[in-house]
Amino acid sequence: MSEPRWVPWARRFVLGFLALFTLVPLYAMVSSSLKPLGDVQGKWEWFPSTLTIQPFFDIWETIPLADYFMNSLVISGSAAILSVVIAIFAAYALSRFRFRGKNFFKMTVLSTQMFPGILFLLPLFLIFVNIGNTTGIVLYGSRLGLIITYLTFSLPFAIWMLAGYIDSIPKELDEAAMVDGTGPLGALIRVVIPAATPGIVAVGIYSFMTAWGEVLFASVMTDSGTRTLAVGLQEYSTQVQVYWNQVMAASLIVSVPVVAGFLLLQRYLVAGLTAGAVK
Amino acid sequence: MPTALDDAPAVKAAGAPGPRRVRRKRRGVALPYLLLLPAILLELLVHLIPMIAGLVMSFFKLTQFYIRDFSSAPAAGLDNYKFVLDFNFAAGKSLLGSFWISVLYTVLSVGFCWLFGTSAAVLMQKNFRGRGVLRTLFLVPYALPMYAAVITWSFMFQRDTGLVNSLLGIDSFWLIGDNSFWSLVVVSVWRNWPFAFLIVMAGLQNIPGELYEAAAIDGAGWWRQFQAITQPMLRPVNQVLLLVLFLWTFNDFNTPYVLFGASAPKEASLISIHIYQSSFVTWNFGLGSAMSVLLLLFLLIVSTVYLGLTSRRRNAVV
Repeated sequence: MSEPRWVPWARRFVLGFLALFTLVPLYAMVSSSLKPLGDVQGKWEWFPSTLTIQPFFDIWETIPLADYFMNSLVISGSAAILSVVIAIFAAYALSRFRFRGKNFFKMTVLSTQMFPGILFLLPLFLIFVNIGNTTGIVLYGSRLGLIITYLTFSLPFAIWMLAGYIDSIPKELDEAAMVDGTGPLGALIRVVIPAATPGIVAVGIYSFMTAWGEVLFASVMTDSGTRTLAVGLQEYSTQVQVYWNQVMAASLIVSVPVVAGFLLLQRYLVAGLTAGAVK
Repeated sequence: MPTALDDAPAVKAAGAPGPRRVRRKRRGVALPYLLLLPAILLELLVHLIPMIAGLVMSFFKLTQFYIRDFSSAPAAGLDNYKFVLDFNFAAGKSLLGSFWISVLYTVLSVGFCWLFGTSAAVLMQKNFRGRGVLRTLFLVPYALPMYAAVITWSFMFQRDTGLVNSLLGIDSFWLIGDNSFWSLVVVSVWRNWPFAFLIVMAGLQNIPGELYEAAAIDGAGWWRQFQAITQPMLRPVNQVLLLVLFLWTFNDFNTPYVLFGASAPKEASLISIHIYQSSFVTWNFGLGSAMSVLLLLFLLIVSTVYLGLTSRRRNAVV
């Protein structure tokens, strides 16, 4: 398509502006993580006077970052895996079966996206405490409680997206498998899941990211033993001073796994979004 | 054709079913529900039951005196609602103030996210050198954990040591006072526009190239093609995108909470922060719940009207 003359200029200007807008905070994060404490406490410098990797060692000493890292990893990983498994079954049901209440379920699932988190934070907290008191299953303050909570956060989107993805897989494929003698579940495991792998991976990343970045429930539902990175990072600020170089180093460290995973698998995510969310 | 995919009434209509048939039919009917069961149970536990509990709580005087024993809290009827909706009193006034801050925040943030996302996606339709790098770069803010991004911004907004003041050559406060609202908008746009970019880009990939080729043969220029093909083909994508962005932004709690801490300046006190403060700082869960219910009602009404309007237009077009 031949463009008018202004389009290439608009492209340079708009994309240049957006690239700078995106880059500056990333640069601030990376460069500050390599500065000695004295530098980040003074006036902002674009170029560090001394480069040091000391903050990357100090972050583990100032706060128990490794414990928080482990908590976040276990909680987000479990939430992602469970939400993917549950979403696969639900999406398969929505995509391949006709049954009473299907539309009601779809609408309910979609509308949970609308709920303000603040609305059910307190009731959920009370329910978790009550379950703990009556059954002995510790949900409040435990990793399990956060895993259950987080997996439901990504579940609606995961079901929605996977159902769209499975819709795009020809029904004839699993029908053929069933003619060959497997049941619907066999067809799901042997045909649909392999064919939907990109969508499943995308949903898994999405769920992991949702859990890794959540702040509100993590700040209310954790105690000192189960604290996640989202809450723990605030501990670099003491009454006396903020260790900004360490805050930036720690932010960088906690970002690397999700950003790397996301960028490596973004093709799948875009493919998943195309099939599911965008129709 | 396997039973599972059959319509249940059709099986019934096939006449007196044999025993074998009944069993197969029953399994076929129960299976989708079994598949949905884990999702239903978890949605019930984490979303629906707490929602109903929240609704019930909004009709009780659930102040700090009744935290230990909830069952003893006196019923309040509609008092909580009357109290927060009485705009002559402080509580109503501050709720209304937060509501308008949230509205302005949402309009600005969603508007800029959509504008940036669409411009970038459309301008990157054509291949050019560095497109892949740029695309990857634009996705980074969305991939970053939200609190890491917001903490970095709060560092940049520091008065004495921050990058923003150094860049602008001024000496302002950004995290208190009037500026705090604008800080909030900037951070939210920085973080969310890549999502709009991602969705619009996915939408653009769904437009068949033949449409552009045919239009080019008919002599349509770049702008005409954008108007006649790109825009209408993106409409359904945009409808979903704007609704999702609206809901996320209006409910946003994380951005102000990480940027300002638990007590946001009143200029940037979004409605979710306002509710959090009423519930967990002044310990009035009845009031907090009533405000949450009002917020949900508002979002429901806006979403329903929006979906009604957009689907009517969609039907009119088709």
